[in-house]
Amino acid sequence: MNTNIKLVGVGGQGTILATTLLSAAILDAGFDVKMSEIHGMSQRGGSVSSEIRFGDKVYSPVIMKGNADVLVSFELMEAARNVDYIKKDGIILVNNHKINSMVTLNGKVPYPKGIEEDLKSRVKTYVINATELAIKLGNVKVMNVIMLGALVKAMKLEHLDFIKAIRENVKEKFIDLNITAFNVGLELIE
Amino acid sequence: MKKILTGNQAIARGAYEAGVHFASAYPGTPSTEILENISQYKEMTAEWAPNEKVALEAVIGASIAGGRSLAAMKHVGVNVAADPLFTFAYTGVTGASVLITADEPGMHSSQNEQDNRNYAKFAKIPMMEPANSQEAKDMLVDAFNISKDFDSIVLFRVTTRVCHSKGTVELGERVEVPFIKYEKNFDKFVAVPSIGRKLRHKVEERLNKLKEYTETSKWNYEVTNGSKVGVIASGISYEYAWEALGETVDYLKLGFTYPLPEKLITDFCAKYDKVYIIEENDPIIEEFAKTNSKNVIGKDLFPYTGEMTPDVIKRCVLSQNVEGVESNPEMFVGRPPTFCSGCPHRGFFYELGKKRKKIVVAGDIGCYSLAVGEPYGMMDWLICMGASFSSGHGAQRIFDMNPDEDRRLVSIMGDSTFFHTGINSLLNTVYNGGNTINVILDNRITGMTGQQDNPGSGFKIQGEVTTIGNIEGVCRAIGIKHIRRVNPNDLQQTKDAINWALELEETSVIITDWPCVLKKKYNDDDYDMYKDLWQTKDIVLEDKCTGCKACLRSGCPSLIFDADKKKVTIDSNTCVGCDVCLQICPFDAIVKEEK
Repeated sequence: MNTNIKLVGVGGQGTILATTLLSAAILDAGFDVKMSEIHGMSQRGGSVSSEIRFGDKVYSPVIMKGNADVLVSFELMEAARNVDYIKKDGIILVNNHKINSMVTLNGKVPYPKGIEEDLKSRVKTYVINATELAIKLGNVKVMNVIMLGALVKAMKLEHLDFIKAIRENVKEKFIDLNITAFNVGLELIE
Repeated sequence: MKKILTGNQAIARGAYEAGVHFASAYPGTPSTEILENISQYKEMTAEWAPNEKVALEAVIGASIAGGRSLAAMKHVGVNVAADPLFTFAYTGVTGASVLITADEPGMHSSQNEQDNRNYAKFAKIPMMEPANSQEAKDMLVDAFNISKDFDSIVLFRVTTRVCHSKGTVELGERVEVPFIKYEKNFDKFVAVPSIGRKLRHKVEERLNKLKEYTETSKWNYEVTNGSKVGVIASGISYEYAWEALGETVDYLKLGFTYPLPEKLITDFCAKYDKVYIIEENDPIIEEFAKTNSKNVIGKDLFPYTGEMTPDVIKRCVLSQNVEGVESNPEMFVGRPPTFCSGCPHRGFFYELGKKRKKIVVAGDIGCYSLAVGEPYGMMDWLICMGASFSSGHGAQRIFDMNPDEDRRLVSIMGDSTFFHTGINSLLNTVYNGGNTINVILDNRITGMTGQQDNPGSGFKIQGEVTTIGNIEGVCRAIGIKHIRRVNPNDLQQTKDAINWALELEETSVIITDWPCVLKKKYNDDDYDMYKDLWQTKDIVLEDKCTGCKACLRSGCPSLIFDADKKKVTIDSNTCVGCDVCLQICPFDAIVKEEK
């Protein structure tokens, strides 16, 4: 059986680095792995998603609705948008950070209220204050790696070598910060 | 060594291993990263061309001169390059040559869903279709062998999911291929009619040889699971079929797909109770299979449009719907892509929006096509690269002939689109005495595809400094008399230019001159030109903000309306201080942050 992880967020939040680190560690552990992302228009503040599937043998690089074991959402409303990708017994990890879209910014439609509660009523949900924690670490961008740490713990993947993946895929001056962020993420899940 | 690569990275690696000398491309999703990755290998020369036709022509020249060459483009780019392609298909190659077409079933970032497999049949050239990253690399190496052996350019067809998916790839080594000694060969390469007629026969001879070859190609093979049901698929559809149907069916996997292995397909069909042909978009394999076999099921069951993902296959073949967690539509609203904070297109569209009732806007392909959405709604049509100036001219002709219409055409394109095919379009307008307003949004980069350099950006693909194409100079040289250059972040200047152009009765050009907020590389001249480039952010004086929301009409994502306080705040993480909102605010409530 394959494990299917879908990461969603808003353009610029770093979903691609998170999937890159995840796939590097998984590949290193000897699994077959495929990942998929959509480029192009989605870079301009639109919704983005990337997907990773691993196991003994993976065919399709894409995860269909109802097939994700885990949904990792870097933004609150994006979790609500993508919740139908999760299997009925799957889990969701959501950063409780809100990013307005063009329609909520100009005040035409309010940013929906009660998303956390709604998610919890549908599926096992871990709410994580990753943006807040990243700001405390001094760089809001490492939110993605904090979320990765939480994901690794929730999926029981700690035995994989993520420190190596970070060292090999992150610019040198950001390596220590990312390792710290990863460890912060690990501590967030019981 | 094993690495995890996207299809595009794998294609670049394949080019490296195949000993390619020269590659040229124009950016276009999902093909862009092919050339970007090729440019990382110092053994190959990589060049951005101004358009796909030029890219392919450069590749043709490189082949004739004896080098191995490769052109890459998105599906609609092949339309632009079709002219040289169809004749190069006649002449054949000297150095082996491959054309990569990156198609977009599902149209994630494209204006149409054309199936470029049709080009192989149309141009009578061999075609290959990898299904994953490993095949993308291995097949590309073999594509160069086929090009050499059959004296033909090879069409290498990939799709978004092959280009942008990552999978494991076993790497090989580069094999250096010596240049083929150049000898003038009039009877092969000078496609005048007398020679064209001879070449025409050679094309048919070549096709006959390829028809034999395809039957035994290692890229076309059967996978037997002991089923009474067969599936024929190529490209990513093969992976989707396995995902959906697994070992419950037998497979005929096709990788060398033009000419189709007719005997292989007919023999395969004869062995099964029924055979599903699973292919995205056009029923190309199916149309052949149905001529010889009665047990074939294709588009009678599967959709013509979109991607043939595993859920589609499960639904069509097994009548299975996978149900996951139910979503609650009240918990999310739309999040369309929009202009970045500090995007230089914002000021221009804000001012143009005030003229909405008087004007018709002909759009084009690029970031500025996002002006189609909220809050601008500024686009009457969008056809293809470079079409705004020419289609705008045609529309203006009709409005001018029609006594009931009093509209002015404003045609809009970016710098990269202007260099791509916009120059010809503008030439047509000025030559024919047109009176449209032609706007070139010069942000000094190819933005939408991810900041690729172009003839106006000042840099080549590998970062070397180069000549900056002078857009204003080009406009003057082709005869435009009325040209204004404005800083689009200066709203008064922009407004004046639009008003000025609306009063003119001859072809006019407005060039908005400010770099893309994401542009990374600048040379010294740039810094002289753009002195205040992103120096200080803007802030809202809370006591002065009345909550009138006038600034929100700029559509800047850094402006956040706080519904409880009825005030606007500026997100300091994303604001770059373009000052557009500052100029819009009627109450002087937005000011420059103190440094």
